[in-house]
Amino acid sequence: MLNIILGAVSLGLIWAIMTIGVYITYRILGIADLTVEGTLAMGAAIAANSISNGTNPYLATLLALLGGLAAGLATGLLHTKLRIPALLSGILTMIALYSINLRIMGRANISLLNRKTVYTPFQNIFEKYNLSTVIYPVIAVGLITVMIIVCFLYWFFGTEIGCAIRATGNNPNMVRAQGINTNTMVIVGLVFSNGLVAISGSLYAQSQNFADIQMGQGSIVIGLASVIIGEVLFGKRNFFSRLIALVLGAITYRIIIALVLMMGMPANDLKLFTALTVAIALALPMFGEYLNTIKNSFRRRNNA
Amino acid sequence: MLEVKNLKKIFNAGTINEKVALDDVSLTLSEGDFVTLIGGNGAGKSTLLNCIAGVHMVDEGQILIDGKDVTRIPEHKRAAYLGRVFQDPMMGTAANMGIEENLALSYRRGKNRTLKWGISNKERDVYKELLSTLDLGLENRLSDKVGLLSGGQRQALTLLMATLIKPKLLLLDEHTAALDPKTAEKVLKLTDKIVEEGKLTTLMVTHNMRDAINHGNRLIMMSNGKIILDITGEEKRNLTVESLLERFGKVSGEEFANDRALLS
Repeated sequence: MLNIILGAVSLGLIWAIMTIGVYITYRILGIADLTVEGTLAMGAAIAANSISNGTNPYLATLLALLGGLAAGLATGLLHTKLRIPALLSGILTMIALYSINLRIMGRANISLLNRKTVYTPFQNIFEKYNLSTVIYPVIAVGLITVMIIVCFLYWFFGTEIGCAIRATGNNPNMVRAQGINTNTMVIVGLVFSNGLVAISGSLYAQSQNFADIQMGQGSIVIGLASVIIGEVLFGKRNFFSRLIALVLGAITYRIIIALVLMMGMPANDLKLFTALTVAIALALPMFGEYLNTIKNSFRRRNNA
Repeated sequence: MLEVKNLKKIFNAGTINEKVALDDVSLTLSEGDFVTLIGGNGAGKSTLLNCIAGVHMVDEGQILIDGKDVTRIPEHKRAAYLGRVFQDPMMGTAANMGIEENLALSYRRGKNRTLKWGISNKERDVYKELLSTLDLGLENRLSDKVGLLSGGQRQALTLLMATLIKPKLLLLDEHTAALDPKTAEKVLKLTDKIVEEGKLTTLMVTHNMRDAINHGNRLIMMSNGKIILDITGEEKRNLTVESLLERFGKVSGEEFANDRALLS
């Protein structure tokens, strides 16, 4: 049981990076960016291909990051310069990435068994203490990466450029009136977001010891589910606590999934389960209003 | 300060909905002019302001601010010269951000955004002092989200933001139209004070004749995309609603048919 939970935590930490990326576009910029479906697989593809060609795994992860940044830039340019709606821009890049990812890998999947990954140095450490070399190294790397990213973003969104990006998602008209190029801000946001998602994909592939062309499928929904769970369960007082809430949200999501799988739900139904969870979570405010009107009408009837 | 030459703007050109919003409009504002711009619905007042601000690109003509041709300069670059307040109180501020964050955004108008902190402690003191002049108690709510403020408070804040860095031209687009009469009067008083203290060149659109007469040193009336009246100096000071209506009738050959302007 403990191992199942810890396994979920390790996966959750890796996906937390992706969740933060989704948060940047979905909550800060107000865009549902579907590029991430392709970017996650791209991160996995770049890392797996470079590692199997003998590249240092940390360098490979850095290359994956660069690939993600480029994917975000592509969507950003499609959306701002060519004025294609954000949703469609994301879909276009996502579809294009499918072919690009196949080209990067040369085939539909790459195995990383017995290759050195970012986890290898940590595996050696945990081996000495007779601890699981599957779960703990992933938790360690995930925790370090998440901490670096949370600190970086906390700093970044407090800078002049960061403030301008937040305001752009809030009220682009006002931002232009303050002399800020909103197009640039949208592009920067998309670039950062997809960079994070690619790192997540790279770490995910290395933890699973393989990369697959289908890896990104449904990732946007997982990201959204994690964002919403984080916000609902762990609050959103200030920006730092929000970032932490996102991480906890991603972990909670993985624990929920691990638990429902353990209770006997077929793994094939996972995506349906996730989609329904997100749909219900997104509809919650509407149900809330509906409940309120019913409550009020009862109250009025009782008073009469 | 502002020179507008033969501006032309047509919306939906070549379609059944074609609308000539600006028809050969020329206008020159001297430094320190406070011009009120009045006209009925669809007269072209807001279009003129939006063209000056760069929201719309003009079809023909030229716009010069302080001698610099800005006709083809995009909106966000033109913002370096302009302070703007909009009709909708939601338009001028970022609702999910704090009061101080909004002020900090406009404190950097016309400057490049860098990776320096978005707001410094030194600025906070400046903002506190400026906010206290509004007399709305906002100086103690620096980190409150702007979304919590009332429409009047938001317009007062937007006005402060628009003039935080002295603009070459202040554009007010019916900035009191969405407020209740009492609040509107307060915001207008504040407008007068800020314009006077900063000696700001100002173009204020209004549909309220009394406001147009009582404020500023010059009154311009638009109708069907054209400037039909331009009244300054002694003549402007002696203007009444009746005499303005009479002159409108003479110039345009029609009644000033706009209840909103007459009743308010």
